[in-house]
Parts: sequence; C-alpha cells; structure tokens
Amino acid sequence: MSTVAAPALSVKNLTTEIRSRDQWHQAVRDVSFDIVQRETVALVGESGCGKSLTALSIMALLPPGVGRIVGGRVSADGQLISGIADAEMEKIRGSRIGMVFQEPMTSLNPVLTVGFQIAEPLLYHRDLSRRAALARAVELMDLVRIPSAAQRINDYPHQFSGGMRQRVMIAMALACAPKVLIADEPTTALDVTIQAQVLALLAELQRSAGLAVLLITHNLGVVASVADRVLVMYGGDVVESAAMPDLFQRPTHPYTTALLAAMPRSDRSSETIAPIPGQVPALAEMPVGCRFQSRCPLREVRCVERPPLRPIDAAGTHHVRCWVTGGAP
Amino acid sequence: MLRFIAKRLLFAIPTLLGVLTLVFFLVRIVPGDPALVVLGDQASPEALANLRERLGLNKPLLVQYVDYLGAIAHGDLGRSLTTNRPVMTDMLAVLPNTIELTLASLLIGLVGGVPLGVLAAVRRGGIADWLARIVSLIGLSFPAFVSGVLLLVLFAIQFRWFPVISAPRSGDILERLRALALPAINLGVIMIAYVTRVTRSGMLNALSQDYVRTARAKGVPARLVVWRHALRNVLIPIVTIIGLNLGVLIGNSVLTEIVFSRPGLGKIIVNALNTRDYATLQAMMVVFAFAIVITNVLTDLVYGLVDPRVKTP
Ligand SMILES: Nc1ncnc2c1ncn2[C@@H]1O[C@H](COP(=O)(O)OP(=O)(O)OP(=O)(O)O)[C@@H](O)[C@H]1O
Ligand SMILES: [Mg+2]
Repeated sequence: MSTVAAPALSVKNLTTEIRSRDQWHQAVRDVSFDIVQRETVALVGESGCGKSLTALSIMALLPPGVGRIVGGRVSADGQLISGIADAEMEKIRGSRIGMVFQEPMTSLNPVLTVGFQIAEPLLYHRDLSRRAALARAVELMDLVRIPSAAQRINDYPHQFSGGMRQRVMIAMALACAPKVLIADEPTTALDVTIQAQVLALLAELQRSAGLAVLLITHNLGVVASVADRVLVMYGGDVVESAAMPDLFQRPTHPYTTALLAAMPRSDRSSETIAPIPGQVPALAEMPVGCRFQSRCPLREVRCVERPPLRPIDAAGTHHVRCWVTGGAP
Repeated sequence: MLRFIAKRLLFAIPTLLGVLTLVFFLVRIVPGDPALVVLGDQASPEALANLRERLGLNKPLLVQYVDYLGAIAHGDLGRSLTTNRPVMTDMLAVLPNTIELTLASLLIGLVGGVPLGVLAAVRRGGIADWLARIVSLIGLSFPAFVSGVLLLVLFAIQFRWFPVISAPRSGDILERLRALALPAINLGVIMIAYVTRVTRSGMLNALSQDYVRTARAKGVPARLVVWRHALRNVLIPIVTIIGLNLGVLIGNSVLTEIVFSRPGLGKIIVNALNTRDYATLQAMMVVFAFAIVITNVLTDLVYGLVDPRVKTP
C-alpha cells in the first residue's frame, strides 16, 4: 500500500492512431499526465492538435475503424481502465469519469426530454428507479442553475438556449458524482458572456465536489483563469507542460511563444497580435522529427530528430520538447 | 394536441376541394357522351335521354358542380348505374376489408423492416445487412400483382396452406387471419423493403451523431444506445417514408384484392370498370381522394408523436 493516493486520472504514454486513406497515422503521441483531486489541467493547442482525440482515447470512445489506441495506459484512482472490455468501460463512463462536449446544439438527443437525459446515468450506474432518478435530475438542474428546473424537466433540448444546454450537459456529466470531469471545449460554441458564466459554474462545482478536471480549450484566456497546470499540444505531441503562472511567465517552446503572441489581450493593442504563420499540417503530411519544424522560426538541422520532453527547471515541473529552447536547467 | 389536429384538418380542406374539383372535371373532360358510353351505341334515344336526366348531365356545368359538392358534403356518393344501390352503402360494406389489409401490411412492414434495418446498420456487412439487401430487392422489384400471383400459385394452389379466394366470410377469427395472410404478406413485403431501407440509412446516420457519442460517454449500454437513443430519431424518417408510400400502398391494396378475389374497394372498382358504371367510378375516385387526405393528416399526427419539435416551437 502506498501512502500517497493515486491520481484521480493518470495517463501514461498514450498513443493513438487515426486512419486516413487506408494509412494509420499517429495523432496522439506518447502523452502522459496526472490529475489529482481538486486540480484542473488544461490541454491547449490549435484546432487539429489532437486534444479531442486524447479525451476520446481516455474514454475509449474513438470512432471504430477510424481511431485506435496503440500504446499507453489510462487509470482512474489507480485502477487500469484502458484496454478493458466494453461492458466494463460502460460502468466507468458517466460514473467515474464524466464528459462534456463542445457542441451543445448537437450533443443532446433531440427526441428525449432533458430530464430523462440527465437522469439516465443514474438508472444504469446507481440503479435508481425512474422516479427517483428524475427527482435527482431536478436537483441537478437546480445545481447548474437552470431556472424553474421542476417545470422544465419534460422539455426537449430545442426549447433551451445554447448556454442552458451546456448546463444540461454539465448536469448530466455530474449526475453520478464522478471524480473526474473531462470538458472538451465546453464554452467554445457560446457567447462570451455565457462562456464566463459556464466557466464560473464549472469552477464552483469543481471546488465543492473536489473534482479533477481535464479542460480542453484553445483559449489561453480561459487557461489563465482556471487552470493549475497546462499541457500545450501540437501535432499530437505535448510540446510544453508547466504549472500555471509559470507557463505565462516563462513560455519556452517556440509554439507556446507563438500561441501567446497570437492571443488577444486587454493590455495589448490588436496590432501587436501575431497570428501563427501557416497551418497545422494534415496528419499524413506531418514532418518527421519535431512536428512544429515546418512553421518554426528557430528550426535547425537537428529538428529532423524527434526531441524528447525534458525538464527545464530544477524542480522538474516545467517540461519542453525542443532541441533549441528546451535545454537542461 | 387538439388544436394541432384541428389545424391540420382545416389545412386539408383546400386540398380536398382541389382534388374533388379535379375528379369532377376529369370525368367530364373525357371525350364522348357518358350516356352513350354506359348504354352502348345500340341504345334508343329515349333511354339515352333518360340516363342523361338521371346523371344530371343536361343541367349547366356549374349547377352540376354545385350539386356534386353538395351531395358529397351530405355523404351521398350517388347510386350505382348497374345495381341502383347507393355507392356509399356498397363501399362501407367492404371498406373494413381494405382497411384491415392495409393495416396488416403496414404492421408487417414495421415489425419486419425496423429490426432488420437496425441490425443491418449496426452490423454492416453482416447477415442482417445481407438479408436486408435481398428483401429490399424483392420488395421493390416485383409489381404487387406479379408477386401476388406467385404467392397464390405457390401457397394456395400448390401447398394449399391458404384459401385461393380470400373472402373473409366466417366470423371465425382464425379463418379471417388465414384469408388475410397471403394478401397481407404480398403487400407487407413491399412495406418491409421501404421500411428496411429507410431504417438502415437512418440508423447509419443517427449512430454517427454527437448525441450518440454523448449517450456512450455517460455509460448508456450499447444496446440502449442503438434501440433508444438512435432508433427514436430514426422514427421520424420512417414515418415520412410510410406517409409518402401510403398512396402506393392503397393502390397496391386494390391490385392485391383483385388478384386474391378479396372483397374490398378494389373489387368494386373492377366491377364498375367491367360494367362501365361511370357513377361508381367517380364516387370511388372521391373515396380515394378522401383516403389519401385522411392518411396524410394521420401521418402528420404521428409526426407530432415521434418528433417533439413538431408540436412545441
Ligand atoms: N474521425 C476522424 N476521422 C479522421 N480524422 C480525424 C478524426 N478525428 C480526428 N481526426 C484528425 O486527428 C487530428 C486531431 O484531431 P482532434 O479532433 O483531436 O483535434 P482537436 O485538437 O480537438 O481540434 P479542435 O480544436 O478542432 O477540436 C486532426 O488532424 C484531425 O483531422
Ligand atoms: Mg476538439
């Protein structure tokens, strides 16, 4: 027995492949991180960096025939949950790990009532009766501040606004009081003011329930306000990982620097925003070695070799995957 | 819900009026004197004049039109030229047979087609998928009367499992079902084909939707993801395809009734054609117009049941 509690969610060397035109390409490469109770880890990066695939791999929800996990281990509370039977995984999803998706408009079933959809996990994981589960659903709707919950329980998703639907998604994900919440761009599809409300709600629920949260976002502003630790992803690689203020104080990987330069900030005029030149290459066109080299201003000859993720500080909490900037402390 | 029904019925009135008008003019546009067509060219001038008088053909067209609509509004479909009995009475006597046949084939289509389509989509390329393809091919490529004759020859004449003449006279429920079986299967296979195809493609689409991923992410068992989360959504296209094909189904019912010598609307039409009973034919066109409009309203009502977005804004 170890005296230190196992992390709520632990991902070790996760590698996932995606098939495109009959070829399998690595889309998540050797990703490792732990999240403990009450901690929020943010996963940031541009569109197509492999953030969602990381989350889907953890949940074993990769589209069959298109995505497959080829290496690594995922455990929740010390229990291995990767590579287990489907029926076993069904008991983990929604019960030990809840997940909120990006698209509140399409992620709810249009022909089932909101109340039933929130109550549903309780039917399978907690063996509640339909009546008890629905009663609990009302409480959950109150918890995520959906006004007049009791009257709205029999409403359908199309009767709710985007922000309210995302609250429904959160209520659903938290119905069985999981220890881990994975939120995949939970606010991207919402108006700015609604975004702030939903984030505040998430932060509050996390504090009261002691959740471990994996927050996926491409909005560094969101990261700054809620994350404890940040993983920056590019082309399926974690290119930099750091504790929160550290990343903003000492961005080291050229991609992180570029991301921060591209971030709109109140203390900066919009002329100084520098969008990252070029685009994330398609998986089939990824360069060998460092995947960022095709867009990197600091590129050198040795970048054709894949750099390791190395610590750059004495405490070993700040890691960078770069030959040029990621030297030893 | 009641308001929804009332609104739908109200909207059906112009359609119905249009169809009735069309029937009226169609019958009158046909070249030649109807009286002559009915009685043949050997008929005496008095007899012809008599018939014209009886049919109201010597009145001005507008008066005829108003009389015609007025009669229909009173539930009067006119009298048969051959038997002189009210068409309404004869029609109502056999209508239950036709409804029974149509409903039975609808039931066969749903009970056979929905599970087959779902299984075909869940296991693409599996046995169910293969079976679905064969059934669709059979159901959609044989005209109803050809498959009807085949069924009749095979199961009624060769094997003698079912009666050749499917006239459900006795009150015995088993006899009635035995008489219904072959015609219902004949039409049911066509319905299975339509329903299987739309269910399969609808399920393939539904299973790739975000809400299915959400359901899996909260731990809904795979079986319920398919049969509850995905299939509920596919009910909408299934109702659509059935609604669109109800006209075809009714038409095929008529053909099937003729092949199986089953009393029903089809038989009335054939008799009317054989005896050039022009009044009955016009009345039957009106009946079918009503049938189509009513089934359309019913389809819309079922929409309200399977798609919550229809009745709630
Ligand atoms: N179902 C799929 N079929 C084919 N390629 C896919 C599929 N899902 C993801 N990919 C590819 O895998 C890579 C990573 O995708 P992923 O969805 O993880 O990106 P992301 O970081 O979540 O981006 P976004 O911010 O747009 O959500 C992309 O190149 C994407 O094109
Ligand atoms: Mg994504």
